[in-house]
Amino acid sequence: MMTNKELIIIGGGPAGLTAAKMAAEAGCQVLIIERSPALGGQLIKQTHKFFGSELTYAKTRGFDIAKLLIDDVMKFKDKIEIMCDATVVGLYPNHEITVYQKGVYSKFKATAIITATGASEKFLAFENNDLPGIYGAGAVQTLMNLYGVLPGQSIVMVGSGNIGLIVSYQLMQAGVKVKALLEAAPKIGGYLVHASKLRRLGVPIYTSTTIKKAIGKDFVEQIETVELNEKWEMVSGTEKLIDVDAVCISVGLSPLHQLLSMAAVEMKFVNELGGMVPLINENHETSYPNLFVAGDVIGIEEASSAMIEGYLVGLIAANRIGYHHPHYETLLQSYHDQLSNLRSGPFGAKTRIGLAKLRGETHAR
Amino acid sequence: MRIEKHPILTFETKKKINFTFDGQSFIGYEGDTIQSALHACGIKKLSESIEHHRPRGFYCAIGNCASCDMTVNNQPNVRTCITLLEEGMVVLSQKGKGVL
Repeated sequence: MMTNKELIIIGGGPAGLTAAKMAAEAGCQVLIIERSPALGGQLIKQTHKFFGSELTYAKTRGFDIAKLLIDDVMKFKDKIEIMCDATVVGLYPNHEITVYQKGVYSKFKATAIITATGASEKFLAFENNDLPGIYGAGAVQTLMNLYGVLPGQSIVMVGSGNIGLIVSYQLMQAGVKVKALLEAAPKIGGYLVHASKLRRLGVPIYTSTTIKKAIGKDFVEQIETVELNEKWEMVSGTEKLIDVDAVCISVGLSPLHQLLSMAAVEMKFVNELGGMVPLINENHETSYPNLFVAGDVIGIEEASSAMIEGYLVGLIAANRIGYHHPHYETLLQSYHDQLSNLRSGPFGAKTRIGLAKLRGETHAR
Repeated sequence: MRIEKHPILTFETKKKINFTFDGQSFIGYEGDTIQSALHACGIKKLSESIEHHRPRGFYCAIGNCASCDMTVNNQPNVRTCITLLEEGMVVLSQKGKGVL
Protein backbone atom coordinates (compact mmCIF):
# COMPACT_ATOMS: atom_id res chain seq x y z
CA MET A 1 0.00 0.00 0.00
CA MET A 2 1.26 3.43 -0.93
CA THR A 3 0.64 6.46 1.31
CA ASN A 4 0.80 9.90 -0.31
CA LYS A 5 2.52 12.83 1.40
CA GLU A 6 3.29 16.41 0.39
CA LEU A 7 6.84 16.71 1.71
CA ILE A 8 8.98 13.93 3.14
CA ILE A 9 12.16 14.80 5.00
CA ILE A 10 14.69 12.01 5.46
CA GLY A 11 16.60 12.69 8.66
CA GLY A 12 15.57 14.48 11.87
CA GLY A 13 18.83 16.27 12.64
CA PRO A 14 19.51 20.02 12.54
CA ALA A 15 18.90 20.30 8.75
CA GLY A 16 15.80 18.09 8.72
CA LEU A 17 14.19 19.78 11.72
CA THR A 18 14.69 23.34 10.47
CA ALA A 19 13.48 22.34 7.00
CA ALA A 20 10.33 20.83 8.53
CA LYS A 21 9.65 23.90 10.64
CA MET A 22 10.01 26.29 7.71
CA ALA A 23 7.92 24.19 5.32
CA ALA A 24 5.17 23.81 7.94
CA GLU A 25 5.26 27.55 8.62
CA ALA A 26 4.58 28.06 4.92
CA GLY A 27 1.58 25.75 5.23
CA CYS A 28 2.98 22.46 3.96
CA GLN A 29 2.20 19.00 5.38
CA VAL A 30 5.47 17.30 6.36
CA LEU A 31 6.59 13.81 7.31
CA ILE A 32 9.98 13.49 9.04
CA ILE A 33 11.56 10.04 9.01
CA GLU A 34 14.34 9.46 11.54
CA ARG A 35 16.50 6.36 11.95
CA SER A 36 17.26 6.84 15.66
CA PRO A 37 14.81 6.44 18.51
CA ALA A 38 14.77 10.24 19.00
CA LEU A 39 14.95 13.44 16.94
CA GLY A 40 17.88 15.86 17.09
CA GLY A 41 20.56 14.08 15.06
CA GLN A 42 24.08 14.44 16.38
CA LEU A 43 23.21 17.60 18.33
CA ILE A 44 21.74 15.53 21.17
CA LYS A 45 25.18 14.32 22.26
CA GLN A 46 27.06 17.58 21.87
CA THR A 47 27.76 19.15 25.24
CA HIS A 48 29.94 22.01 24.00
CA LYS A 49 28.76 25.53 23.33
CA PHE A 50 28.47 26.49 19.68
CA PHE A 51 30.26 29.26 17.83
CA GLY A 52 28.58 31.21 15.06
CA SER A 53 25.76 33.71 15.13
CA GLU A 54 22.78 34.29 17.44
CA LEU A 55 20.52 32.98 14.69
CA THR A 56 22.17 29.59 14.87
CA TYR A 57 22.20 29.58 18.67
CA ALA A 58 25.83 30.53 19.33
CA LYS A 59 26.92 30.09 22.97
CA THR A 60 24.22 27.42 23.42
CA ARG A 61 25.17 23.79 24.05
CA GLY A 62 24.41 21.31 21.26
CA PHE A 63 21.86 19.26 23.20
CA ASP A 64 20.02 22.45 24.18
CA ILE A 65 19.91 23.52 20.51
CA ALA A 66 18.37 20.12 19.71
CA LYS A 67 15.63 20.79 22.29
CA LEU A 68 14.92 24.23 20.80
CA LEU A 69 14.68 22.81 17.27
CA ILE A 70 12.43 19.95 18.40
CA ASP A 71 10.20 22.43 20.26
CA ASP A 72 9.91 24.47 17.05
CA VAL A 73 8.72 21.38 15.19
CA MET A 74 6.29 20.39 17.95
CA LYS A 75 4.53 23.75 17.55
CA PHE A 76 3.26 22.46 14.19
CA LYS A 77 1.64 19.25 15.43
CA ASP A 78 -1.16 19.57 12.88
CA LYS A 79 1.32 19.93 10.03
CA ILE A 80 4.33 17.79 10.95
CA GLU A 81 4.17 14.03 11.37
CA ILE A 82 7.17 12.21 12.86
CA MET A 83 8.35 8.63 12.44
CA CYS A 84 11.28 7.69 14.68
CA ASP A 85 13.12 4.36 14.82
CA ALA A 86 12.37 4.27 11.09
CA THR A 87 14.99 3.77 8.39
CA VAL A 88 14.50 4.76 4.77
CA VAL A 89 15.85 1.74 2.93
CA GLY A 90 14.85 2.71 -0.59
CA LEU A 91 14.63 5.98 -2.53
CA TYR A 92 13.22 5.54 -6.03
CA PRO A 93 12.25 7.62 -9.06
CA ASN A 94 8.81 9.26 -8.84
CA HIS A 95 9.62 10.29 -5.25
CA GLU A 96 8.76 6.96 -3.75
CA ILE A 97 10.45 5.60 -0.65
CA THR A 98 10.44 2.39 1.36
CA VAL A 99 10.62 2.69 5.14
CA TYR A 100 11.56 -0.05 7.60
CA GLN A 101 10.15 0.46 11.09
CA LYS A 102 10.11 -2.22 13.80
CA GLY A 103 9.85 -5.19 11.46
CA VAL A 104 7.40 -3.57 9.05
CA TYR A 105 8.10 -2.19 5.56
CA SER A 106 5.88 0.59 4.22
CA LYS A 107 5.86 2.70 1.07
CA PHE A 108 5.31 6.43 0.68
CA LYS A 109 5.07 8.75 -2.29
CA ALA A 110 5.76 12.47 -1.92
CA THR A 111 5.43 15.57 -4.06
CA ALA A 112 8.90 16.60 -2.89
CA ILE A 113 11.62 15.00 -0.79
CA ILE A 114 14.39 16.61 1.22
CA THR A 115 17.32 14.31 1.95
CA ALA A 116 19.01 15.44 5.16
CA THR A 117 20.79 12.24 6.08
CA GLY A 118 23.92 13.91 7.46
CA ALA A 119 27.26 12.16 7.56
CA SER A 120 29.10 9.20 9.01
CA GLU A 121 32.59 8.86 10.38
CA LYS A 122 35.53 7.94 8.24
CA PHE A 123 37.70 5.02 9.18
CA LEU A 124 41.46 4.66 9.25
CA ALA A 125 43.55 1.80 7.88
CA PHE A 126 45.97 0.19 10.35
CA GLU A 127 46.71 -3.31 11.63
CA ASN A 128 43.93 -4.75 13.82
CA ASN A 129 41.76 -1.67 13.29
CA ASP A 130 38.67 -3.86 13.68
CA LEU A 131 39.29 -4.77 17.34
CA PRO A 132 36.50 -3.88 19.75
CA GLY A 133 37.46 -0.82 21.76
CA ILE A 134 38.32 1.17 18.64
CA TYR A 135 35.48 3.64 18.20
CA GLY A 136 34.55 6.63 16.11
CA ALA A 137 34.69 9.95 17.96
CA GLY A 138 30.98 10.50 17.43
CA ALA A 139 30.25 7.04 18.81
CA VAL A 140 32.22 7.86 21.95
CA GLN A 141 30.21 11.09 22.32
CA THR A 142 26.97 9.13 21.96
CA LEU A 143 27.99 6.54 24.50
CA MET A 144 29.16 9.09 27.10
CA ASN A 145 26.89 12.05 26.65
CA LEU A 146 23.66 10.34 25.70
CA TYR A 147 23.79 7.08 27.63
CA GLY A 148 26.20 8.04 30.41
CA VAL A 149 28.50 5.09 29.72
CA LEU A 150 32.29 5.39 29.65
CA PRO A 151 34.04 4.06 26.54
CA GLY A 152 37.04 3.03 28.67
CA GLN A 153 39.40 4.23 31.39
CA SER A 154 42.35 5.33 29.31
CA ILE A 155 42.16 6.32 25.69
CA VAL A 156 44.19 7.66 22.78
CA MET A 157 42.56 10.07 20.32
CA VAL A 158 43.61 9.83 16.68
CA GLY A 159 43.03 13.11 14.80
CA SER A 160 43.23 16.70 15.93
CA GLY A 161 40.39 18.33 14.02
CA ASN A 162 37.77 20.14 16.07
CA ILE A 163 35.87 16.93 16.79
CA GLY A 164 39.03 15.18 18.02
CA LEU A 165 39.89 18.12 20.25
CA ILE A 166 36.40 18.66 21.63
CA VAL A 167 35.73 14.97 22.27
CA SER A 168 39.10 14.63 24.05
CA TYR A 169 38.01 17.39 26.40
CA GLN A 170 34.60 15.76 26.88
CA LEU A 171 36.31 12.45 27.70
CA MET A 172 38.24 14.20 30.45
CA GLN A 173 35.05 15.81 31.75
CA ALA A 174 33.58 12.32 32.03
CA GLY A 175 36.61 11.11 33.97
CA VAL A 176 38.52 9.26 31.25
CA LYS A 177 42.31 9.54 31.05
CA VAL A 178 43.29 10.85 27.61
CA LYS A 179 46.81 9.49 27.26
CA ALA A 180 47.69 11.20 24.00
CA LEU A 181 46.30 12.88 20.93
CA LEU A 182 47.89 11.84 17.63
CA GLU A 183 47.93 13.98 14.49
CA ALA A 184 49.45 12.66 11.27
CA ALA A 185 49.87 16.16 9.81
CA PRO A 186 52.69 18.42 11.01
CA LYS A 187 50.21 20.76 12.71
CA ILE A 188 46.97 20.67 14.69
CA GLY A 189 43.85 20.60 12.50
CA GLY A 190 41.23 22.31 14.67
CA TYR A 191 40.94 25.63 16.50
CA LEU A 192 43.93 26.35 18.72
CA VAL A 193 41.60 27.50 21.51
CA HIS A 194 40.44 23.88 21.89
CA ALA A 195 43.98 22.49 21.65
CA SER A 196 45.32 24.87 24.31
CA LYS A 197 42.62 23.74 26.69
CA LEU A 198 43.87 20.15 26.37
CA ARG A 199 47.51 21.15 26.71
CA ARG A 200 46.76 23.05 29.91
CA LEU A 201 45.22 19.84 31.27
CA GLY A 202 48.40 17.95 30.44
CA VAL A 203 47.33 15.96 27.38
CA PRO A 204 50.32 15.43 25.10
CA ILE A 205 49.59 16.25 21.45
CA TYR A 206 51.94 14.43 19.06
CA THR A 207 51.96 15.90 15.54
CA SER A 208 53.49 14.02 12.57
CA THR A 209 52.53 10.86 14.45
CA THR A 210 49.95 8.18 13.72
CA ILE A 211 48.72 4.82 14.96
CA LYS A 212 50.58 1.87 13.38
CA LYS A 213 48.70 -1.00 14.93
CA ALA A 214 46.36 -2.05 17.69
CA ILE A 215 47.27 -4.94 19.96
CA GLY A 216 44.85 -7.18 21.86
CA LYS A 217 42.91 -10.44 21.60
CA ASP A 218 39.20 -9.77 22.09
CA PHE A 219 39.56 -5.99 22.48
CA VAL A 220 42.28 -3.36 22.23
CA GLU A 221 44.80 -3.36 25.09
CA GLN A 222 47.73 -1.48 23.60
CA ILE A 223 48.59 0.57 20.54
CA GLU A 224 51.80 1.19 18.67
CA THR A 225 52.39 4.72 17.41
CA VAL A 226 54.89 5.80 14.78
CA GLU A 227 56.26 9.14 13.61
CA LEU A 228 55.83 10.28 10.01
CA ASN A 229 58.33 12.19 7.90
CA GLU A 230 57.50 15.10 5.56
CA LYS A 231 56.49 12.58 2.86
CA TRP A 232 54.03 10.96 5.30
CA GLU A 233 56.20 7.82 5.46
CA MET A 234 56.58 5.90 8.71
CA VAL A 235 59.98 6.48 10.30
CA SER A 236 61.22 3.12 11.57
CA GLY A 237 62.67 3.13 15.06
CA THR A 238 60.19 5.77 16.29
CA GLU A 239 57.55 3.23 17.35
CA LYS A 240 56.16 3.61 20.86
CA LEU A 241 53.70 1.47 22.82
CA ILE A 242 50.83 2.99 24.80
CA ASP A 243 48.53 0.97 27.09
CA VAL A 244 44.88 1.81 26.42
CA ASP A 245 41.47 0.20 26.75
CA ALA A 246 39.94 2.32 24.01
CA VAL A 247 41.01 4.22 20.90
CA CYS A 248 39.00 7.03 19.42
CA ILE A 249 39.23 7.65 15.67
CA SER A 250 38.48 11.18 14.58
CA VAL A 251 39.67 11.51 11.01
CA GLY A 252 36.75 13.28 9.44
CA LEU A 253 33.30 12.56 8.11
CA SER A 254 31.75 11.47 4.82
CA PRO A 255 28.32 12.52 3.54
CA LEU A 256 25.69 9.77 3.85
CA HIS A 257 25.01 9.76 0.11
CA GLN A 258 23.82 6.16 -0.30
CA LEU A 259 20.11 6.90 -0.75
CA LEU A 260 20.88 9.58 -3.32
CA SER A 261 23.20 7.23 -5.17
CA MET A 262 20.41 4.63 -5.11
CA ALA A 263 18.02 7.14 -6.67
CA ALA A 264 20.62 7.59 -9.43
CA VAL A 265 20.84 11.37 -9.11
CA GLU A 266 24.05 12.80 -10.58
CA MET A 267 26.85 12.49 -8.05
CA LYS A 268 30.44 13.63 -7.88
CA PHE A 269 33.40 12.87 -5.63
CA VAL A 270 34.55 16.15 -4.08
CA ASN A 271 37.35 15.68 -1.59
CA GLU A 272 36.81 19.11 -0.01
CA LEU A 273 33.21 18.19 0.82
CA GLY A 274 34.10 14.81 2.33
CA GLY A 275 33.34 12.33 -0.45
CA MET A 276 30.44 11.51 -2.79
CA VAL A 277 27.97 14.39 -3.01
CA PRO A 278 25.00 15.12 -5.29
CA LEU A 279 25.24 17.85 -7.91
CA ILE A 280 22.92 20.67 -6.88
CA ASN A 281 21.67 23.97 -8.23
CA GLU A 282 21.19 27.21 -6.24
CA ASN A 283 17.90 25.81 -4.88
CA HIS A 284 19.73 22.84 -3.33
CA GLU A 285 17.89 20.65 -5.80
CA THR A 286 19.54 17.52 -7.21
CA SER A 287 19.50 16.47 -10.87
CA TYR A 288 16.17 14.84 -10.06
CA PRO A 289 13.46 17.55 -9.88
CA ASN A 290 11.81 18.02 -6.47
CA LEU A 291 14.49 15.96 -4.73
CA PHE A 292 16.28 18.44 -2.49
CA VAL A 293 19.22 18.14 -0.10
CA ALA A 294 20.30 19.97 3.06
CA GLY A 295 23.03 19.64 5.68
CA ASP A 296 26.15 17.49 5.76
CA VAL A 297 24.89 15.20 2.97
CA ILE A 298 26.08 17.86 0.51
CA GLY A 299 29.38 18.51 2.26
CA ILE A 300 30.80 18.32 5.74
CA GLU A 301 30.32 21.55 7.67
CA GLU A 302 29.02 22.47 11.11
CA ALA A 303 25.53 22.16 12.53
CA SER A 304 25.16 25.95 12.15
CA SER A 305 25.23 25.73 8.35
CA ALA A 306 23.05 22.62 8.40
CA MET A 307 20.36 24.60 10.25
CA ILE A 308 20.43 27.48 7.79
CA GLU A 309 20.42 25.11 4.82
CA GLY A 310 17.42 23.39 6.39
CA TYR A 311 15.47 26.65 6.67
CA LEU A 312 16.43 27.57 3.11
CA VAL A 313 15.49 24.25 1.56
CA GLY A 314 12.29 23.93 3.61
CA LEU A 315 11.24 27.29 2.24
CA ILE A 316 12.05 26.35 -1.36
CA ALA A 317 10.49 22.87 -1.23
CA ALA A 318 7.24 24.20 0.28
CA ASN A 319 7.12 26.86 -2.42
CA ARG A 320 7.55 24.24 -5.11
CA ILE A 321 4.67 22.23 -3.66
CA GLY A 322 2.51 25.36 -3.76
CA TYR A 323 2.90 26.95 -0.32
CA HIS A 324 4.37 30.41 -0.69
CA HIS A 325 5.73 31.67 2.64
CA PRO A 326 4.57 35.27 3.30
CA HIS A 327 8.21 36.37 3.75
CA TYR A 328 9.64 34.11 1.05
CA GLU A 329 11.88 36.62 -0.75
CA THR A 330 13.27 38.23 2.40
CA LEU A 331 13.98 34.91 4.10
CA LEU A 332 15.53 33.39 0.98
CA GLN A 333 17.97 36.28 0.66
CA SER A 334 18.73 36.23 4.38
CA TYR A 335 19.58 32.49 4.42
CA HIS A 336 21.79 32.81 1.36
CA ASP A 337 23.60 35.72 3.04
CA GLN A 338 24.01 33.83 6.30
CA LEU A 339 25.48 30.84 4.51
CA SER A 340 28.03 32.95 2.63
CA ASN A 341 28.86 34.68 5.89
CA LEU A 342 29.47 31.36 7.70
CA ARG A 343 31.71 30.18 4.86
CA SER A 344 33.64 33.44 4.54
CA GLY A 345 36.51 32.88 7.00
CA PRO A 346 39.70 30.85 6.53
CA PHE A 347 38.00 27.75 7.99
CA GLY A 348 35.30 28.03 5.30
CA ALA A 349 37.80 27.88 2.45
CA LYS A 350 37.46 24.12 2.00
CA THR A 351 33.68 24.35 1.70
CA ARG A 352 33.91 27.30 -0.70
CA ILE A 353 36.25 25.40 -3.01
CA GLY A 354 34.16 22.23 -2.76
CA LEU A 355 30.88 23.99 -3.52
CA ALA A 356 32.43 25.84 -6.45
CA LYS A 357 33.45 22.46 -7.88
CA LEU A 358 29.91 21.17 -7.40
CA ARG A 359 28.07 24.18 -8.78
CA GLY A 360 30.24 24.31 -11.87
CA GLU A 361 28.53 21.16 -13.06
CA THR A 362 24.89 21.55 -12.13
CA HIS A 363 22.23 21.76 -14.77
CA ALA A 364 20.08 24.81 -15.12
CA ARG A 365 16.46 23.96 -14.67
CA MET B 1 31.50 1.86 33.73
CA ARG B 2 28.73 4.40 34.03
CA ILE B 3 29.44 8.10 34.52
CA GLU B 4 28.63 9.11 38.07
CA LYS B 5 29.73 12.72 38.17
CA HIS B 6 29.74 15.12 35.26
CA PRO B 7 30.24 18.91 35.18
CA ILE B 8 27.52 19.50 32.56
CA LEU B 9 25.27 16.48 32.34
CA THR B 10 23.13 14.77 34.94
CA PHE B 11 22.21 11.14 34.61
CA GLU B 12 19.23 10.22 36.77
CA THR B 13 18.91 6.67 37.98
CA LYS B 14 16.24 5.09 35.84
CA LYS B 15 14.17 1.92 35.92
CA LYS B 16 16.17 -1.32 35.73
CA ILE B 17 15.73 -3.57 32.71
CA ASN B 18 16.65 -7.28 32.86
CA PHE B 19 18.03 -8.99 29.79
CA THR B 20 20.31 -11.87 28.87
CA PHE B 21 23.43 -11.94 26.73
CA ASP B 22 24.62 -15.36 25.55
CA GLY B 23 22.61 -16.97 28.36
CA GLN B 24 23.93 -14.79 31.18
CA SER B 25 21.69 -12.32 33.04
CA PHE B 26 22.47 -8.61 32.90
CA ILE B 27 20.85 -5.39 34.01
CA GLY B 28 20.51 -2.23 31.95
CA TYR B 29 18.48 0.93 32.45
CA GLU B 30 15.53 2.54 30.75
CA GLY B 31 16.77 4.63 27.82
CA ASP B 32 19.75 2.36 27.17
CA THR B 33 20.33 0.85 23.77
CA ILE B 34 21.28 -2.83 23.81
CA GLN B 35 24.84 -1.79 23.00
CA SER B 36 25.15 0.90 25.69
CA ALA B 37 23.79 -1.53 28.30
CA LEU B 38 26.29 -4.21 27.29
CA HIS B 39 29.17 -1.75 27.26
CA ALA B 40 28.24 -0.53 30.73
CA CYS B 41 28.47 -4.17 31.86
CA GLY B 42 31.96 -4.41 30.38
CA ILE B 43 30.99 -6.37 27.25
CA LYS B 44 32.97 -5.03 24.31
CA LYS B 45 32.97 -8.05 22.00
CA LEU B 46 29.46 -8.20 20.58
CA SER B 47 29.76 -10.68 17.71
CA GLU B 48 32.23 -12.23 15.28
CA SER B 49 33.05 -11.30 11.71
CA ILE B 50 31.41 -13.58 9.16
CA GLU B 51 34.47 -15.00 7.36
CA HIS B 52 37.42 -14.80 9.71
CA HIS B 53 35.58 -14.91 13.04
CA ARG B 54 37.35 -11.86 14.35
CA PRO B 55 35.83 -10.10 17.37
CA ARG B 56 33.39 -7.30 16.55
CA GLY B 57 32.47 -4.30 18.71
CA PHE B 58 30.46 -1.21 17.87
CA TYR B 59 32.06 1.58 15.83
CA CYS B 60 29.65 4.34 14.75
CA ALA B 61 26.81 4.13 17.34
CA ILE B 62 24.37 5.72 14.86
CA GLY B 63 23.10 2.62 13.07
CA ASN B 64 25.28 3.03 10.06
CA CYS B 65 28.29 0.72 10.08
CA ALA B 66 26.71 -2.66 10.98
CA SER B 67 29.63 -3.55 13.27
CA CYS B 68 27.27 -3.99 16.26
CA ASP B 69 24.84 -6.38 14.56
CA MET B 70 23.63 -9.10 16.95
CA THR B 71 20.80 -11.61 17.22
CA VAL B 72 18.01 -10.22 19.39
CA ASN B 73 14.90 -12.24 20.29
CA ASN B 74 15.79 -14.70 17.48
CA GLN B 75 16.11 -11.96 14.89
CA PRO B 76 19.60 -11.69 13.36
CA ASN B 77 21.37 -8.52 12.16
CA VAL B 78 19.75 -6.18 14.69
CA ARG B 79 21.61 -2.86 14.91
CA THR B 80 22.10 -2.92 18.67
CA CYS B 81 23.46 0.64 18.85
CA ILE B 82 20.10 2.17 17.90
CA THR B 83 17.77 -0.49 19.29
CA LEU B 84 16.42 0.37 22.72
CA LEU B 85 16.76 -2.26 25.42
CA GLU B 86 13.51 -3.92 26.48
CA GLU B 87 12.63 -6.07 29.48
CA GLY B 88 13.44 -9.74 28.94
CA MET B 89 15.36 -9.33 25.71
CA VAL B 90 17.40 -12.36 24.66
CA VAL B 91 20.59 -11.08 23.09
CA LEU B 92 23.09 -13.39 21.38
CA SER B 93 26.42 -12.69 19.78
CA GLN B 94 25.97 -13.46 16.12
CA LYS B 95 28.06 -16.02 14.30
CA GLY B 96 27.61 -16.03 10.55
CA LYS B 97 25.11 -14.11 8.48
CA GLY B 98 22.00 -15.22 10.35
CA VAL B 99 18.86 -16.81 8.91
CA LEU B 100 15.44 -15.20 8.83
